[in-house]
Amino acid sequence: MADDKSKAQTDPADALDAPSGDGAADEEAVTESAADEATEPEGPWTRQSIDIPDGPITETVEYNTYPADRFSHDELDLADDDLMPMLRNMLLQRRFEERCRQMYQRQKISGFLHLYIGQESVSTGSVYGIRLGEDSVITAYRDHGIGLAMGMDPGVCMAELFGKKDGCSRGKGGSMHFFDASKRMFGGHAIVGAHLPLGAGVAFAHKYRGEDNVCLCFFGDGAMAQGAYREALNLAGIYDLPIVFICENNQYAMGTAVDRVQAEPDLFKHGRSFDMPCSLASGMDVFSVNRAVKDHVALARDGQPSMLEIRTYRYQGHSISDPAKYRQEGELDARKSEDAIVRLEQYIVNQGVAADSEIETLDEEIKQEVLDAIEFAENSDFPDDDAIYEHVYAQEDYPFIN
Amino acid sequence: MATLQLREAIRAAMTEEMERDENVFLMGEEVAEYNGAYKVSQGMLDQFGPDRVIDTPIAELGFAGLGIGAAMSGLRPIIEFMTFNFSYVAFDQVVNNAPNMRYMSGGQFGCPIVFRGPNGAAGQLGATHSNSTEALYSNFPGLKVIAPSNPDDAKGLLKSAIRDDDPVVFLESEQMYGLKGEVSDESDYLLPIGKARIAREGDDVTIVAHSKSYHVTMKAAEELEKEGFSAEIIDPRTIKPLDIETIIRSVMKTNRLVVVDESSPFSSVASEVTHQVQERAFDHLDAPVLRVTPPDTPAPYAPNLMDRYMPSVEEIVRASKRVMYAAA
Ligand SMILES: Cc1ncc(C[n+]2csc(CCOP(=O)(O)OP(=O)(O)O)c2C)c(N)n1
Ligand SMILES: [Mg+2]
Repeated sequence: MADDKSKAQTDPADALDAPSGDGAADEEAVTESAADEATEPEGPWTRQSIDIPDGPITETVEYNTYPADRFSHDELDLADDDLMPMLRNMLLQRRFEERCRQMYQRQKISGFLHLYIGQESVSTGSVYGIRLGEDSVITAYRDHGIGLAMGMDPGVCMAELFGKKDGCSRGKGGSMHFFDASKRMFGGHAIVGAHLPLGAGVAFAHKYRGEDNVCLCFFGDGAMAQGAYREALNLAGIYDLPIVFICENNQYAMGTAVDRVQAEPDLFKHGRSFDMPCSLASGMDVFSVNRAVKDHVALARDGQPSMLEIRTYRYQGHSISDPAKYRQEGELDARKSEDAIVRLEQYIVNQGVAADSEIETLDEEIKQEVLDAIEFAENSDFPDDDAIYEHVYAQEDYPFIN
Repeated sequence: MATLQLREAIRAAMTEEMERDENVFLMGEEVAEYNGAYKVSQGMLDQFGPDRVIDTPIAELGFAGLGIGAAMSGLRPIIEFMTFNFSYVAFDQVVNNAPNMRYMSGGQFGCPIVFRGPNGAAGQLGATHSNSTEALYSNFPGLKVIAPSNPDDAKGLLKSAIRDDDPVVFLESEQMYGLKGEVSDESDYLLPIGKARIAREGDDVTIVAHSKSYHVTMKAAEELEKEGFSAEIIDPRTIKPLDIETIIRSVMKTNRLVVVDESSPFSSVASEVTHQVQERAFDHLDAPVLRVTPPDTPAPYAPNLMDRYMPSVEEIVRASKRVMYAAA
C-alpha cells in the first residue's frame, strides 16, 4: 500500500518528463524490484499486503497538460516545410466531409453518416506523431478524418461511402467501417466501446512479434462508459502493451453531455485506476495534440500503455439526422471561433511560411481533389450481386444455405 | 379507434402502464432529455420526471443488469436498447441473468422486466447494425419474445409485456416507427402474449411472417392475388411462445407453407416454424415448406447488395408459387 502511494506521486509525471521513458523513475523501479527479488522467493502468489496502514491514505497525482498555444512547430521537431502539408492534411478532411453532407442529401450516400468536422487537429496531430505504415491505428465510426489523415485515398474513401466496389471496404462497410490494411488502419468500428479491446490486441501483436511499433486507439467520451473500456485498459496495463488510449472528448455522446453520464467527468483521470500515465490536451491546437501524442507514443514504445484525453468539439450533429438542439446557445460559435484549422493558417502566415494567397491556392487544390474523389466514386461500379457471399469466410467453397 | 404511429402506440402503452403502476420506469440511452433516439419516449420525461424516465451512459451491460436487479427487487423496469444491436453488449445480462433468476432461485426471485427497442435491419447500416435478434433470443428458456407488426398489436402486447411477471424481449422496428394504424381506445387494452393473428384469409398457401416481413408479405399476397392465388397470412406476433396451433390449422386448410423471416436462415424463426409444422402436420403438407430469409451472410452496405439481402416481394411470390407447383 505504502509503495503504491509513492508510485502514484511520481509515476505519471516522471514517465512523461523522461524523453524516452527510461529516466529516473524507471531506474528506481528496477532497483526496487531487484531488492524485492533478493528477499522474496518467486511464485505466482499475491504480493499484496493485508497489513492495513494507519492511514488515511492520501494520494497526489500529477497529470500532464497540453494547452492550446503552448507549442511552436520547431519545438515539435517540425520543419517549416512540414506546415503546409500539415494544413493540407487537416483541410482535406474538412473539405471532404463538407461534400459528404451534400452527397448524402443527394442520396449518393446512405445509412449513418457521422462527420468529424471540428476534430481534425486530433487526427492530423496524431498521424504526425507516429510512424505511418508501421504503427497501427484503430478508431470508432467517426472515421473519415483519421483515414484521410493517414493517407487513405479520398476517391477510394468516397467510393466506400457510395457503396461502390472500389471503396476501401469494397462497399461492404460504408461510412462507419473504413479499413486499410496497407496503412495499418484497423478500422472504424460502430459498436461503441467494442474496439478498445481490439486495440489492446493489435498492440499485443506488436509486442508479441518483438516490434517496437505502437497502436493508437481512438474512442469517444461516450465509449468510456462501456465495460470494455475498463477491461481493455486493465489488459494493456498488466501486459505492458504498446498502446495509447486516446479519448476524443467532443463533450457529447449523441445528445448526452459528458458530465451528465460520467461520475468522474475528468476523463483523463480514469487511466489512473490502471496505474497509467494520463494527460489532457487541447484539440483546438494541432501542435498541442502532436506534442501529447509524441510523448505518449514514446511511452508506448517503452512498453508503457497510457491514457490521453483530448478535448475537442464536433461542429455538426451527431449524425446527419441530428439537429443538435441540446447545445447551449452560442456554444458552437464559441468553439468555431477557436477553430484549429484557422489557428494553423494564422500561425503559418504569422511565421512567414506562406502567404494567405498560397493558403487559398492550397484550399482550391484540395477542393478539386475532393471533386475528383466524387467523380471516381461515381464512375466506380456497385459490387457484383454475388459479392454478397464474398468475404464471409476465407474458405472459398463454403457451403452456404440456399 | 384512434390512428397512431407505431412509436405513439408504444409510447401510449408505456405511459398508461406508468400511470397505472408506479413500479414501472423507463431507462435507456437518450430516452429522457433527447426524447428518445427515435422519439418513442417523446414527452415522457416531462410527464413523469427524471426519477422515472432515466437517461443512461452508453453502458448496455450495466443498465440491463441494473434493470434485472431492480426487477428482482419488485420494480418493473422497461429497459430501452437504442437498437437491439447494442443488446449484444448486454448479452450476458439478457440471456444468462434475466431468464434464469426465477428458476435458479427456486421461484424466490422473479424478473418482471421488458427489454425493448428496434430490431433488425434498417437500411444500409452495415453488418453490426443490422441484426435480427428474434431467433437468437427465442433460444433462451425463460425469455418471452414479442415482435408486433402494427400499432394496435404493439400497444396491446407491450402493455401485457409490462405486466408479465417474466422477462420479455419486445422487438420493434426503426423503419416501422412512423407506420400508422388504428389502435383500440379500450381503456385497458391488453392482448394475450402467445396468440397469432390471421391477418389475411386465403386457401392456396399459408405464409407466416412477423414484424417488418409481414408488410412485405402482404404486398406479395396482392401480387399472388393478381395471378389468381389466394394466400393466407399469419402474423405470429409473439415468437416465443409460438402459437403453433393457429399455424397448423391454416396449413391443414392450404396444405402449403412459406415462412418469411428476417433472421439469418440457420436456426431461424423460419426453421423452428418449419420443424414444428412437419412434426405435427406432415401428412397435410403437399410440398416441402420453404422459407424466405436473408442469405447466410452478414448484412452489407452497398444498396444493391442490401436489396438482395432483405426478403423481397419477388422472393415471397416465387417461394409461394413453388410450394403451389405453379409455373413461375
Ligand atoms: C454499444 C452501442 N450503444 C449505442 C450505440 C449508438 N450510438 C452510436 S454513437 C453513440 C454516441 C457515442 O458517443 P462518443 O463515444 O462520445 O463518440 P462521438 O459520437 O462523440 O464521436 C451512440 C450512443 C452504439 N453504436 N453502440
Ligand atoms: Mg463524444
